[in-house]
Amino acid sequence: MVNSENKSNEAPVKDYRSNSLWRLTMRRLFQQRSAIIGLILLGLLVFSAVFAPLIAPYEPDQVLIGIENVEKRSPPCIHILGCPKDQPQHIMGTDGNVRDVFSRIIYGSRISLIVGITTVGFAILVGTLLGALAGYFGGSSDNFIMRSLDVLLAFPSLLLAIAIVSFLGKGIQNALLAIAIVSIPVYARVVRSSVLSVKENAYVSASRALGGSQTHILFRRILPNSFPPLIVRGTLGIGVAILEAAALSFIGLGAQPPLAEWGTMLGQERNQVFTAPHLVIFPGIAIMITVLAFNLLGDGLRDAIDPRLRSAE
Amino acid sequence: MFKYTVRRILLAIPVLLGILVVTFALGRMIPGDPCRAMLGEKATAEVCERFTEKFGLDKPIPVQFGIYMSQVLKGDFGDSIRFSRPVALILIERLPTTIELGALAILFATLVGIPLGIFSAIKRNSPLDVSTMTVANIGVSMPVYWLGLMLAYAFFLLKDTPFWLPPSGRLTAGVASIPFYEVWGIVAEPGTAKYFFLEFFSNLYFFNSIITGDWKVFQDAAKHLILPAIALATIPLAIIARMTRSSMLEVSKQDYIRTAKAKGLKNRLVIFRHALRNALLPIVTIIGLEFGLIFAGALLTETIFGLSGVGRMLYDAITARDFPIIQGFTLVIAAGYVIVNLIVDISYAFIDPRIKLE
Repeated sequence: MVNSENKSNEAPVKDYRSNSLWRLTMRRLFQQRSAIIGLILLGLLVFSAVFAPLIAPYEPDQVLIGIENVEKRSPPCIHILGCPKDQPQHIMGTDGNVRDVFSRIIYGSRISLIVGITTVGFAILVGTLLGALAGYFGGSSDNFIMRSLDVLLAFPSLLLAIAIVSFLGKGIQNALLAIAIVSIPVYARVVRSSVLSVKENAYVSASRALGGSQTHILFRRILPNSFPPLIVRGTLGIGVAILEAAALSFIGLGAQPPLAEWGTMLGQERNQVFTAPHLVIFPGIAIMITVLAFNLLGDGLRDAIDPRLRSAE
Repeated sequence: MFKYTVRRILLAIPVLLGILVVTFALGRMIPGDPCRAMLGEKATAEVCERFTEKFGLDKPIPVQFGIYMSQVLKGDFGDSIRFSRPVALILIERLPTTIELGALAILFATLVGIPLGIFSAIKRNSPLDVSTMTVANIGVSMPVYWLGLMLAYAFFLLKDTPFWLPPSGRLTAGVASIPFYEVWGIVAEPGTAKYFFLEFFSNLYFFNSIITGDWKVFQDAAKHLILPAIALATIPLAIIARMTRSSMLEVSKQDYIRTAKAKGLKNRLVIFRHALRNALLPIVTIIGLEFGLIFAGALLTETIFGLSGVGRMLYDAITARDFPIIQGFTLVIAAGYVIVNLIVDISYAFIDPRIKLE
């Protein structure tokens, strides 16, 4: 007490600003170079997804036969880099169906972001529910839920997703469902462990003594504690989900042509790698940048939210 | 040690059972008539009747599961729709390629990843560290099949140089691996366990060419495997390097490291004897988990590099909707993954003697 009074005498007034977890996290996040790079990349992606119609010079599935004098799978043509002016500009070239690759890549960012967010959102929702039930009620329900989820973890996740989709039938909806299912255990574990660590705390007992209902205690007093680790895992999980969705599309199980999905684009043209490498290079770079953005941001958030978990500092 | 090992093995049994439940459930997830889905559209009513009887499809689900389990335990994974051959047989033919590819990839990832991680940790924030970690970050964000295609393309550009490596296939046309049992004149009836055994080991080309002393086949097989192995190894390598670095940094903060340094031990001794030994546990865990990436990645890598392993077979089966193969392969790969991680768990006790006391 004396100590804090001393401090307040010395410290200037500005230190009275509230140091909420959120504000502290943000401040720590912006101190990390890699997290800032991740945020910038993510900003670019969101920007191109939102303003795709304005950025893309063509429609993503517009076939340019008869519209422009351009051949199929023609290499990139950029006017400022010396491409003849009489040729139409396609900064990433055209694909096997004479569509503008750049436009397809730009529109593809919409699909990838939606894929990442919906699958992880669904997995977090189900995982939170299962993890909270397991952690809060304990005993046999805990055992049953967690052992069942352990079985899902025993499979290599991409392999299980592939198996599920090939049995359910191909298509982007089934692919999303499969990716969400295989990522549920991760979130359930995170929630369960944070529920276990706080459920014996005094403020939980106090809430119970005040007559709080089970649901009130679980959802208002206990679960908010698992949000920080969930945000970290979720951000990293979006990267994984995008990678897995692209892989499923690559082998023909996910998004179906003519949808402008990066994995599908790669899979469709993979045999052309020696003759038209631009058709393979650009979608791959797009996937990589997107996943990198979420990985950098996720690592940064982890270090910012809980310095004890710091990976490498 | 013995008690710990037995306990770990017993704990793996329910997980293996769970895997059986999941692959069984997969088979029941096919929309429509299971018989026509499993045997193809042309299956006659008579064939379907026999199929229904064999799998007990007219019986309650638990009974069906019992039938499925007993068949799997007998090594019967059903017959492939496309090839009309037992799935188990196809597995035995195809597994060796995948095992060689996976082993080479994990070896490469470990032998390069751990030293890179150690150097990064020792020379923290040096250009070497920063560039290694940047590459590692990019490495974990790359799709493995894309990397494979890029590698194939890069080596295609080196076509007329001595660095060229073959981008597809397991052996050059004209080069044949002669099975060791033929060289040594061992005869086995097709269909017997001995035959499967000989077939499996002779399909491990590295193993076969070493024991028969066929240096040419060994070289050729190695050349064909380098590109796919590098493609497959890159992501695990990046993860292992990152993990090694952070684990080494974590350990280097401990008091016993300071003590070791204070008593004047050589730096090298402190790093390898005191720090690395203690940092190894999370690294080994990660290596075990990387097998999952390797197994799933093999599917994509083998497809790109035209290797006729399990992954390629699975890819073809997915395209052809050959469900018995998908089901059988998924089961075997998942079981293999559990067993690898079981071995990793048991190896903890050797790496860290404190473990078995718990």
